[in-house]
Amino acid sequence: MSTARTLATAARVLRQLRHDPRSIALMLLVPCGMLFLLRYVFDGGPETFDAIGASLLGIFPLITMFLVTSIATLRERTSGTLERLLALPLGKADLIAGYALAFGLVAVAQSVLATGLAVGLLGLDVVGSPWLLLLVALLDALLGTALGLFVSAFAASEFQAVQFMPAVIFPQLLLCGLFTPRDTMAPALEALSNVLPMSYAVDGMNEVLRHPDVTSAFVRDALVVAGCAVLVLALGAATLRRRTP
Amino acid sequence: MMNYASGVPADPEPPDRAPAVTARGLTAVRGDRTVLRALDLTVPAGRVTGLLGPSGCGKTTLMRTIVGTQAKVTGTLTVLGSPAGHPSLRPRVGYVTQAPSVYDDLTVRQNLAYFAAVLLPGRAHRPARATAVGAALADVDLTDHADALAGRLSGGQRSRVSLAVALLGGPDLLVLDEPTVGLDPVLRRDLWDLFHRLAADRGTTLLVSSHVMDEAERCHRLLLMREGEILAEGSPDALRRRSGTDTVEEAFLHLVDSAARPARATREEPRP
Repeated sequence: MSTARTLATAARVLRQLRHDPRSIALMLLVPCGMLFLLRYVFDGGPETFDAIGASLLGIFPLITMFLVTSIATLRERTSGTLERLLALPLGKADLIAGYALAFGLVAVAQSVLATGLAVGLLGLDVVGSPWLLLLVALLDALLGTALGLFVSAFAASEFQAVQFMPAVIFPQLLLCGLFTPRDTMAPALEALSNVLPMSYAVDGMNEVLRHPDVTSAFVRDALVVAGCAVLVLALGAATLRRRTP
Repeated sequence: MMNYASGVPADPEPPDRAPAVTARGLTAVRGDRTVLRALDLTVPAGRVTGLLGPSGCGKTTLMRTIVGTQAKVTGTLTVLGSPAGHPSLRPRVGYVTQAPSVYDDLTVRQNLAYFAAVLLPGRAHRPARATAVGAALADVDLTDHADALAGRLSGGQRSRVSLAVALLGGPDLLVLDEPTVGLDPVLRRDLWDLFHRLAADRGTTLLVSSHVMDEAERCHRLLLMREGEILAEGSPDALRRRSGTDTVEEAFLHLVDSAARPARATREEPRP
């Protein structure tokens, strides 16, 4: 693994993004728009906005980065640039870390904007530190990048890659505790939600929402999300083959 | 067509260097199809070798095998003294795929700068990278388009960007898959001049595939391929002489016919 090659890759990914200002605008502004909408949808019940708003701060970066990464790496695969890169002295870890770094930075910008808007302007009532919200959002973004990278190996076209979003993300969305507390679900579903990473992302956000300090439950949730991200990144690396049929 | 030969040095004998590529019993399978059938071949160092044959005969698979990106390969294949695909070969082998593999949403210079940073990473190499990028741009005559987005260029220009990427870092072996397809005659001539300059001045070994037989006349040496087998190898002159024909195209057709007629005349027959 080489730091210089990782940084060069991250810079290249960001440079590609810079030539596409519309995508940047969508990535940064859509979560803000959704939070804004949500605040006034629950105009009569601010405590509902608190609960859902905090969860969504963790879910947005995951979904955005999932979509962006799966399309970006799929393009890299279909354009032949991936084959070219793997025929050069570039480590797979360099490539993956470069992507994670670049999209991680975008996720930081997105999360700062969304968290700032929610806490500062829309009156999201958080007992804990907003920095912890930001930390979980960043971990979620990494998890999204990792999942996107992984599923792009199984998509033959951008059309298929987009269809992976409902397949991979929606079940987690339903089971993560956003709509109803996880312990009120059918036991089989609760057990399933216990092994899905998004559940821990939402739990972590809720810990920050309710507790002034860093609780042990929060640390566990953050570690689970980070661990899943690393695990899936490693699986993603395994799908990058220097030799292909 | 014969005037093409004017650009090729008269002496097709390989110089006093070990072959750049040696294959023995090289077999590659894609799906349930055997694409390369126990090939034996050599590519001399510092020469321009043409790989010719009809579409679908296995040219691209053979090139991918030499570069080390093809899975399910058996037999022995030595490239620049190491087994094909060995990590030490990655900076020494340049490969240009048939479809240009560059980032359409980066400028030409940004494309080259990134691949240069992969080849020569780190701050210390910054001047060397700038030189390499400038030289590659000049080699493919794209200096004027350096700041244009690759996706906005014409097909021929994009394939030259792809070629420029392969020239970065001065590889010892260049594997070019149909680099002149879709280019106008002037550009084709310029590229072939570039290939010969690379071989003569820098000692680069080039393996260039084509399905256009008239390009064969511009190579020092030819590998004629058909249905996953090497039909013949030798200089264009030798191939023409041996089959008593005027052009490589006729020689190829002659070889195909004579291979088909008796119960598979041996492949060794047309060899020196």
